[in-house]
Amino acid sequence: MECEGVVSGVRMGESSEEVHVLAVDDSLVDRKVIERLLKILACKVTAVDSGVRALEYLGLDQSDAFVEGLKVDLIITDYCMPGMTGYDLLKKIKESSTFREIPVVIMSSENILPRIDRCLEEGAEDFIVKPVKLSDVKRLKDYGVGGRINKRKLPDTTELDLSSSPPSDSSSSPSISPSSPPVIDSPIQRLKMTTTALD
Amino acid sequence: MDVVTQMQRQLLQYTSSLFKEGFLDDQFNQLQQLQDESNPEFVVEVVTLFFEDAERLLNELSKSLEQESIDFRRVDAHVHQLKGSSSSIGAQRVQRVCIAFKNFCEQQNVEGCLKSLQEIKQEYSLVKTKLETLFKMEKQLFAAGGSVSR
Repeated sequence: MECEGVVSGVRMGESSEEVHVLAVDDSLVDRKVIERLLKILACKVTAVDSGVRALEYLGLDQSDAFVEGLKVDLIITDYCMPGMTGYDLLKKIKESSTFREIPVVIMSSENILPRIDRCLEEGAEDFIVKPVKLSDVKRLKDYGVGGRINKRKLPDTTELDLSSSPPSDSSSSPSISPSSPPVIDSPIQRLKMTTTALD
Repeated sequence: MDVVTQMQRQLLQYTSSLFKEGFLDDQFNQLQQLQDESNPEFVVEVVTLFFEDAERLLNELSKSLEQESIDFRRVDAHVHQLKGSSSSIGAQRVQRVCIAFKNFCEQQNVEGCLKSLQEIKQEYSLVKTKLETLFKMEKQLFAAGGSVSR
């Protein structure tokens, strides 16, 4: 098994270099699996069990507080969760001027086309059908600049996506990435897969 | 044939039979591939979480189906969770009964639900025993100085 190469591979020293993924899933089993998958790909992982907790973590709850030093490069969330669904969470994130550029990936055990379309239309980067495998997570490295270029998208909205207009709300400075506009130099692009043998 | 080789062969045959009989599917393989020296207990850990989760859910399901007036949405939600976690570890037969169970929930078919619950309990008990046996064999193999080739 060639796992050793992957694990020892891309340990970047500074925490600002590491890709930080926020994983949201109400299932403990699934959180453990997704965490392991992401860590194998040298990501830093924060796993929470609900959309509400995810918003709290991002500082997007009632207070809309600015969270000092917070850097999240990718959000991966389950669709079916009690209370706030992954779709609801997606909407909240896309409504936020601070976080709308962060790619959001939805996971679901159900391969329902209208559901997938709905999520993509709302701005999801991709949709993974559970159970999640390493090959699914490896795909995430392909997400391009600005978060939307590689989307399976409806043609009429592609133009809108490519114009990276800076957030109008400048009261909260982007803490997501060191440079502006956000995510241009996305650490996701630097995610290196040191093995493809696990495909 | 020395003891270690024999044990390895037995482990391989046992694992193989679990796949052949449909107890486990490819997702279990996927999990095994995520295990390495830095995370040598990964599969056991995940499967243990599954056991705890499943037992909690089966309790909830039993209680829900004992009610005078059954809340099918609640039952369905629990079955959905069990379906998800069994799928995530590759417990195929458990997952399949969950799918049938969900259909009965949709139809609000009490008898069907009760039958499914019994089936799930059986399948869960079977896969639990088999996985525990598998882990025990692995442990014995390691103790004897052998390793598992994946």
